[in-house]
Parts: sequence; C-alpha cells; structure tokens
Amino acid sequence: MATVRKGLAKRKRKEMILQGVGIGAIGFALTVLFILIASLVSTGYQAFTQTHVEIEVFVDPQEISEENLPRGGFRDVLSDSVGQYFPEVDMSDRGDARVLSSILSNGAQFKLRDMVVEDPSLIGQTISLKVPTSDPYDQLNKGLIDRDTPEEFRRLKDPELQNFDRLADLGLISKPLNTGLLSNADSRFPELAGLKGALVGSFWALLTCFLISFPLGIGAAIYLEEFAPKNKLSDFIEVNINNLAAVPSVVFGLLALAVFIGWFGLPRSAPFVGGLTLALMTMPTIIIATRAALKAVPPSIREAALGVGASKSQVVFQHVLPLAMPGILTGTIIGLAQALGETAPLLLIGMNAFITSAAGSPFDSATALPTQIFIWADSPERGFVSRTSAAILVLLAFLITMNAIAIFLRSKFERKW
Amino acid sequence: MYDAPTPGSKLDQTDIKITAKNVQVYYGDTQAIKDVDVDIEDKTVTAFIGPSGCGKSTFLRCLNRMNDTIDVCRVEGDIFIDGEDIYDRNIDPVQLRAKVGMVFQKPNPFPKSIYDNVAYGPRIHGMVRNKAELDEVVETALRGAALWDEVKDRLDTPGTGLSGGQQQRLCIARAVATKPEVLLMDEPCSALDPIATAQVEDLIESLKEQFSVVIVTHSMQQAARISQKTAFFHLGNLVEYDDTNTIFTNPTDSRTESYITGRIG
Repeated sequence: MATVRKGLAKRKRKEMILQGVGIGAIGFALTVLFILIASLVSTGYQAFTQTHVEIEVFVDPQEISEENLPRGGFRDVLSDSVGQYFPEVDMSDRGDARVLSSILSNGAQFKLRDMVVEDPSLIGQTISLKVPTSDPYDQLNKGLIDRDTPEEFRRLKDPELQNFDRLADLGLISKPLNTGLLSNADSRFPELAGLKGALVGSFWALLTCFLISFPLGIGAAIYLEEFAPKNKLSDFIEVNINNLAAVPSVVFGLLALAVFIGWFGLPRSAPFVGGLTLALMTMPTIIIATRAALKAVPPSIREAALGVGASKSQVVFQHVLPLAMPGILTGTIIGLAQALGETAPLLLIGMNAFITSAAGSPFDSATALPTQIFIWADSPERGFVSRTSAAILVLLAFLITMNAIAIFLRSKFERKW
Repeated sequence: MYDAPTPGSKLDQTDIKITAKNVQVYYGDTQAIKDVDVDIEDKTVTAFIGPSGCGKSTFLRCLNRMNDTIDVCRVEGDIFIDGEDIYDRNIDPVQLRAKVGMVFQKPNPFPKSIYDNVAYGPRIHGMVRNKAELDEVVETALRGAALWDEVKDRLDTPGTGLSGGQQQRLCIARAVATKPEVLLMDEPCSALDPIATAQVEDLIESLKEQFSVVIVTHSMQQAARISQKTAFFHLGNLVEYDDTNTIFTNPTDSRTESYITGRIG
C-alpha cells in the first residue's frame, strides 16, 4: 500500500502538470486572438465612420446648363460654394480656391452631377449638399493628425487647419456611420473606397466554387466510399486526394492561370475563374468530409435496407446520404469558409485589379475580400490603414458567421444512435 | 457432415424450402463454414445453435446473400430455395432479399416514421398501386408483428422512438411487409429484455404459420421453446441437425451433448 501511495502523489503531480500545460496553451491562444482582434478594432473602428461636410450649393446656371449637363463646371460650382464661408479669400486666385475646395472629397462633384442629371430642375436653385471630406481632413477630424506636430512635418498646414475649424465652428462638419464602406466599390480616394466590389466578387466566386465543388465532391466521395472496389488503384486515388488537400493554394493559382486563362481563354480577374480555382481547393476538403460522414452512418442501417431488398444505390441515396448530410454540409461550409479567405490563387489570376464598380456577372472583372485587403494594405494613403483593418473585420465577420452556421447544422441534425 | 439419420427424408419433397449442398464459406483465407448440407422445411421454425464464432450467423447470411456485401467473403457450394439456385448468375440478390426477409441482432429501424419503415419494402418493390393499398399492407404487416394496437395512433412518429422490443417487432413488420417466404432472424432477442423476448417469441410462433423461419440464437432455452428443428454448429461444421426434441434429449454427437449440457461453448 505504501508504495502505491508514494506513487500516487507522483501520478497526481504529473496530471496537474499536464492540465497546467493545457490551460496555459489555451490561455496563450486566447491572448493572441484577443491581441489580434483588439489591434484590428482599435485601428479599424475609425473606418466605420466618415467625416462629412454639409454645404449650401448654388447650382449656377452659368456654369451648368441643361443642354450640356455631364460636362458642366461642377467643380467650380462646388469651390464657389465652399468659398461663400470664407468671404476674406479671393476665389479668383486659383491656388487659394484649390486649397479651400480640397476640403471636399473628389467624389463631391460626381455626387452633385448625378443629382442634377437626375433632377435638372435643380439648376438655378440653392441646395444643401452633404459630402465626405477628403481623407486628410477626415484624419484630422478623427484625431489621427496631431495638431501639435510642427507644421513642416504635418500633412495639413496651419491655414488648412483654420479653414477646417471655421467649418466645424459653423456646425457643418459631422461624422455619421460610413455606409459607403459597404455600398461603394473601390476608389483611389480612401474616403470613397468601399467593399461592395469585393463583396460581390467574393459572392460570385464562392457561388461558382460551391456549384462546382459540392456536386463533384459528393459524387466522388460516394463513388469512392460506396461503390469503388477496394484495390491498389483506389488506395492510390485516396492518397492523392489527401495530398491534393495539402497542396499550397498558390500552386492552384498557377494551375488556374495556365489552364483556365491560358488554354481555355477565360477572362482575367473574373470571379468565375476565381471560383473554379477555389473549387479545386475546396473539392478535396468536401470529399474527405463526405467520406467521413458516410463512414459514420452505422452499418446496421445499410443492413436493414439491404435486408428488405433495397439495391445498392437505393441504400446509398435513400438511407446513407440523408443521414450523412449534416456532416457533409458542415464540411462543405468549412471548405467554403477556407475558400473565402484564400488570397494567393486569386492574386495569380488577377483578382487584385483596381476595379471601381461591382461586377454584374461572374465574368466581369472583380476583386474579392481578401485581395481587396491586400490592395488596401498596399496603398500609401493614411485612410486605407483603418479601412484595411475594417475590411479584415468584415471578412472575419463572414467567416465567423459561416462557421457558426456549420456548428448550428451539426448540433441540430446530430443523431444519437 | 452430420451422421444422424435425416428426418427430412420421410417428408414430401415439396415441404423442403431450402436445400444447402456442400456449402463452404471463406473470409479471405480463413474458412468459416465447412461442408454444410442441410434441408430446411417450410412453415417450420429452424434454430441454429452453437458457440460464438461457430459460423451459424455466417451460414444464415448465405441464405439471402447478405455476405455479398462483404468484399473478402466467398461462398462455394449450392443453396436452393424452392429448387432454384440462389447463387445462380441470373438471380438478382435484390429480388432474392424480397423473398427472404431478414431481422437483425440489434433492432435497426430506419430513422423515419413507423409507417415509412414498414412501407419502405413494398414501395421500392412496387408492390402497391396506391395509398389505400399501401395503408392496408402496412396495417397487415404491423398486425402480423403484433405491434398494430400499440402504434396505430402514432404511425407518423419516428420508429427510433419506440422501446427496444417494439423496435424489434417493427423490424419484423418491415421484413414481413414484402411478403417473404422465408424469414431469417439473427439473434433477434439478444438485445431485448425478458418481457420483450417473450413477445417476440410468441410472434415467431405465429409467423411460422406463413413462413419458413430460420433463427440463430445463443439461448438454448429459446431454441428449445420455439423451434421444431435445431442445427448445432461447431467450428464451422454442422455437427448435428434433427428435431429439436431429439437434439436436446438424445443427441447423437458427443459435441452436441457437451454443448447443451454446458461443458463447451
């Protein structure tokens, strides 16, 4: 007994150490995750608001005529409108006028133009126009430009600060929710850049990926698991499917570039090609998940169906497949979530192009969420720093949603045998 | 392989439902069944007894070609049902299994409603033309399995929600619904409590009016209670096959005697 008791203490201590290591590992993982999210949120939250300025605009008939609407002098009209708040500035001086109107985003003139084109009766009227400020003033308003920095190192000079403060004092500056982040496509100007093009591109790519990899993957898995003879050839295929799942994604990108774009002549930068490429990667995942789910269906169900005289395919399609479906769907969603975050193959087929409109079809040029993040992270403008983090948060939100759906499906349809 | 006089010889040839001649079964290189010859009578309960691993389940599964689903399994010899070689090239195992129903050791209802469980066989074999006929087939099968009164008000609830004994009777109803001529039962009571076992045994008693019932059992008392004929398997050999009474009271082979008196097995 004494020896047992002596050993007991030692065994308990070992168990404690093992538990401690486990808790430590989980704690470390959680800490890293927390730091990641915290840093993303702390830089990204600024991108969810956008500084706007609201100005009275007199749509001058001398500058803008109904006959030649799209070519009207909208820029001058806007610059005059800003000028009215600065009576001391001589607006005939081109340089001063440019400094003043630089407060407005470059998109302001297009917004005004669209409004007037839609409703030509606005010509000659004075309207109130709320437009984003340009990026430096947005940074200033969000406190990202330090006013205490010596002027020569500062993005905005003293007069520009004063101009902005004048408008702020007049109550014309506001900072509403940045709906443009989701409703605008990409732009050279950070204050106008949004994720719409990327979201639409990712949607088309994932749809293509799903429509191709889901039926093919399930078909292959059913054949391999239920019908294929067990011999050297099927072993060889199995090993290679597992290998395929482990192939680096950039290799698939090169393959897609050579085959889909090079040989088949499919369009560059198209989400359809992106979807095909992602399908190559998702298919092994789906095959493996499907085979595991089919294997997990208890043999008693197969025997029962065979016993009443069901044929092999009736057993598979009427009994085994429905029971395996939750597992298959879970695997598919996880595969698609991986595909959603995949960047390298999309870069290779040109889905990192600069495209300022959302794709109308899977064959139009587009970006995807991860490649949009890649583009923005590469852009020098300060405004893209926070937008990059915001885009990552949007991507993470989609991934978490998809994984949550997978977990939900798994628990809802989980069957106790 | 057995030396006892064959009581079947005094019966008319028409009373023999299943004839097995010189049957050998191999799993890969291992021989599981050696030289089995047996004649199974119609409208009789035939019990297969023997220690674990003696091959009685394997032989049972030859009778409806369930062994076909096991890749490494190989069957040699001839098995005739109604004079037809079931291992003939022209025989489709799917069709055979409609004629030779099977009930398994563990109750294995489909995770579907009670109604769909019973209706599945008739549906896939196209045995009914409309819903009314199907309703009738389901009711008849459930009555035949002595389950109708317990489940008639909840036919659309899942079959997996029934108790173990009810599930097993549901499986019997499912097997009966395709109107088989032979019913194979692989230890149908081993997962059931004594009360459910008694119900299933009563059921088997009534089933033999319509079918030839072949039952594998571990329980010698059960074999003695319900069967008219008993076959004793040992190490892949059919040691002795005779009337149940003879086997239990006056066995010819010493191995049979050792087994039924509890010295081996």
